[in-house]
Amino acid sequence: MNREIAVVAFAQTDHRRTSDELSEVEMLMPVLHRVLEQTGLKTSDIGFTCSGSSDYLAGRAFSFTLALDGVGAWPPISESHVEMDGAWALYEAWVKLQTGDADTALVYAYGKSSPGSVRDVLTRQLDPYYVAPLWPDSVALAALQAQALIDAGGTDEPALAAVGARSRADAVANSHAQLRGSVPQGEYLVRPLRTGDCSPVGDGAAAVVLAAGERARDLCERPAWIRGIDHRIEAHGIGVRELTDSPSTRLAAEQAGAFERPVDTAELHASFTSQEVILREVLGLDDRVRVNPSGGALAANPVMAAGLIRIGEAAARIHRGESDRALAHATSGPCLQQNLVAVLEGDPR
Amino acid sequence: MSATLKAPLTVEFPFTRSLGPVQSAFLTGLRERVVLGVRTGDGRVLVPPVEYDPVTAEEIRDLVEVAPTGTVTTWAWNHEPRRGQPLDTPFAWALVRLDGADTALLHALDAPGPDAVRTGMRVRVRWAEERSGAITDIACFEAYDGDPVEPAGHSGEFADPVTGIVAPARLDYTYSPGRAQTGYINALAERRNVGERCPSCRKVYVPPRGACPTCGVATAEQVEVGPGGTVTTFCIVNIKAKNLDIEVPYVYAHIALDGADLALHGRIAGIPYDQVRIGLRVEPVWTEGARYPDHYRPTGEPDAEYDTFKELL
Ligand SMILES: [Zn+2]
Repeated sequence: MNREIAVVAFAQTDHRRTSDELSEVEMLMPVLHRVLEQTGLKTSDIGFTCSGSSDYLAGRAFSFTLALDGVGAWPPISESHVEMDGAWALYEAWVKLQTGDADTALVYAYGKSSPGSVRDVLTRQLDPYYVAPLWPDSVALAALQAQALIDAGGTDEPALAAVGARSRADAVANSHAQLRGSVPQGEYLVRPLRTGDCSPVGDGAAAVVLAAGERARDLCERPAWIRGIDHRIEAHGIGVRELTDSPSTRLAAEQAGAFERPVDTAELHASFTSQEVILREVLGLDDRVRVNPSGGALAANPVMAAGLIRIGEAAARIHRGESDRALAHATSGPCLQQNLVAVLEGDPR
Repeated sequence: MSATLKAPLTVEFPFTRSLGPVQSAFLTGLRERVVLGVRTGDGRVLVPPVEYDPVTAEEIRDLVEVAPTGTVTTWAWNHEPRRGQPLDTPFAWALVRLDGADTALLHALDAPGPDAVRTGMRVRVRWAEERSGAITDIACFEAYDGDPVEPAGHSGEFADPVTGIVAPARLDYTYSPGRAQTGYINALAERRNVGERCPSCRKVYVPPRGACPTCGVATAEQVEVGPGGTVTTFCIVNIKAKNLDIEVPYVYAHIALDGADLALHGRIAGIPYDQVRIGLRVEPVWTEGARYPDHYRPTGEPDAEYDTFKELL
């Protein structure tokens, strides 16, 4: 076992505050077509398909089954779905390819936050006995973490503002990003976090194609080989965790081999400026590492797709020859509860 | 093309959840103004308590009463409370480590403003007047400058323990069906049924969802179908649904509208339920002011030949 598996193609939508003229499948389909076009594969050539999305965003049960219409699921295909960010769908597809059951996989993820209030929607993933009845929204929980970090001397408000400003300045080069260039730091949403410290709320979709071994070389000039991938979780109760640290990210990175050699690029799924500060620290990323050249989640954060986009952006830099060894991180749950780390490499040049 | 339709959509459900022994003791305790934690294998006290040790995954049951006073470990000022949150005036979210506990409890902290809150400040529980055995039995925390309150050493045994909670959940959405379904619904308002043709396999889908599930491509060409159609299969409904004003038994059927390559579903009326059959020719019946057909009724034509609809079964 232990096959060589690579990301061979990546596509994403333009991420926007609202896309209500499109159904989910209408939003998703162009992305699926683009990612397949890059490889020359047709739906019927794909060995395994896996998606990530959440019914709570749409307010409808089994919403992912409608999105399947965009894949071409007839005659029957081998397919799976995770009610999580698409990064975890990619992990499932990677496992499937490792088993040798398939040589190629299509992974996609989408989220439309515009129909509801994503701050409130995300309260439904919290402990239903002790926490969810209090309706602490996602910004409030991140703000608790940010204050803990400030109290510990790990950052201050100007430093957080600088993280947001750098992300949106980098996003100028990313035509898909929702927020680009200079964005006012704005008022407090929940103190100490201001609008500028929080990722924008928006709609979007993304897709990648994975391929194993020689197949990857056939499909892509410079495949982004997944050298390691791992995901870890921490205690559900946020009062149990040390909020200024992210031991699950550190462990996932270690298991993925991230610390064996330095990376040149890191795409971090930090939905809040304070989370980027924590992630940089636990991953040991210094100024030599290009962090979030895409602008990261602070420039575009389609819930359920933003983590997969981190892997896609990291892979695309390898495809383009802008990176040789990149780290991609995805998170899910409040205050960095679950974390996935992948290490991607291009063939030596 | 007209603007995409939108409508409010509320998803609401009273989740009924049963409690395990530790959760039951904790929430019953709140009803009785007693805060309980649980001791882990390594001697830490978790508040709120859980039933399995987060380190060893061993079952834990050793309940310990802690004080209703404690220390803020971190906080965040919420100047604009949202629906469902503990206070409707500006407040601080706070993680509070109660005296005797090693972990922190999340709740609201009532304070006049952010300048009155800091990490390390001393607080105490403000109990709700009406308590039922829920986390909201703690109304909030409030500043406290007195001595720690000594817990009485409650055993965690209660005469009338709470065994479950009802947690209402409500989320509000503005639903939009997207381009294809907007076209379908708008046409229905004009008493027309429109599908969309796949540019690749030429099949006509109704109702259209904007994609051909076989080819995985966008369907764009609108095609008028019906009004007549053929019953391709049906069932007889014998149980009356709540709030539904239709006499049982009635027939629910798949109907292949003329020109469509996919059957949609609808109710069949105007014929005794036990005379509905596969192949029956039907047409929609619109009621005054309705935006969609109320039901389908027999047209009186001879039944359709099997070969004309066998691909649609
Ligand atoms: Zn087709």
